[in-house]
Amino acid sequence: MRAWAVIFLSVLVLASGTQRAGAVEPSEVLSDPALEERAREISQGLRCLVCQNQTIDDSNAGLAKDLRILVRERLMAGDSDQEVMAFITDRYGDFVLLKPPLKTGTLLLWFGPGAILLLGAGALARFYANRRRQGSAGDGGAAKPLSETEKKRLQSLLKNGGEKGNNP
Amino acid sequence: MKWKFLLPAAIFAAVAVAFAVGLTLDSQRLPSALIDQPAPQFELPPIAAIDGGDPYGGGFSSRNLGGGVALVNVFASWCVPCRVEHPQLMSLARDHGVSIFGINQKDKPENARAWLERHGDPYRAIGADNDGRVSIDWGVYGVPETFVVDAEGRIRYRHVGPIMERDLTGTLLPMTAELGP
Repeated sequence: MRAWAVIFLSVLVLASGTQRAGAVEPSEVLSDPALEERAREISQGLRCLVCQNQTIDDSNAGLAKDLRILVRERLMAGDSDQEVMAFITDRYGDFVLLKPPLKTGTLLLWFGPGAILLLGAGALARFYANRRRQGSAGDGGAAKPLSETEKKRLQSLLKNGGEKGNNP
Repeated sequence: MKWKFLLPAAIFAAVAVAFAVGLTLDSQRLPSALIDQPAPQFELPPIAAIDGGDPYGGGFSSRNLGGGVALVNVFASWCVPCRVEHPQLMSLARDHGVSIFGINQKDKPENARAWLERHGDPYRAIGADNDGRVSIDWGVYGVPETFVVDAEGRIRYRHVGPIMERDLTGTLLPMTAELGP
């Protein structure tokens, strides 16, 4: 058990220390490590349009490679990260961004799940508030005491283990 | 509050309708960011000469656009679906007089020429996009893709994938007719 924990932890430590390799080919890598780091970061936020659930950093598709090189060229030419992103979205639209931008068209996407959660929590709170009110009023629900006949029947059930005819 | 018992059924119906609509949408078909935008500025050389002959296709640049309604078709000899749409392009050019310009993407000159010789050349002019940069400027992510450009040089429509007979009669011909000669 402890051996497994040690192996698991060392794998975690090793994995966190290494940069993911992606699909970047050695010939694409920039000589300036700071620029290359920025290029990797931008590439990891851009969707490969050919294989739509990979980033261009991960994909071997021809278009992904072209876009990786394009991102690096723009950075070499002195563009900021935002300018590089704008260059790509001008041509391919917001769909290439793996993290969708916050604007009126995407409000539902960003806040829909939270709104549904709040709605559910509200409904649950109301349900419990109603039940407590009914209980304390004593006019129904769980707090209503048993009638005389019910008490008698309960006693006989507890004593005899059930009414005759209902036993298996 | 008698209708309250209908609430779960109503929620179910709303979700079912949303899913049904979602299922009919084609997730592969992406809107172009360039619709109603002016076509990009570019300059493409003709298909390169081979064996000391002449280059082919005349080259294609943004100056070719804007004189009238035109189609811009991205194609390549290595692209299998391009072969499927080729008869439709031939028919557009020959039978309907539509101007089609070709962007020959990442092709070998000899292959591109052999392809056009064998299947016919529907293009008014062809530019060779050897590194795929101009295709990126057009927002192309797969070959074939076809754009409808109006007489003002604006991109009005994008067709992704091969043009089939039904695309011709259902979309492209009505559109080019509506936009004028």
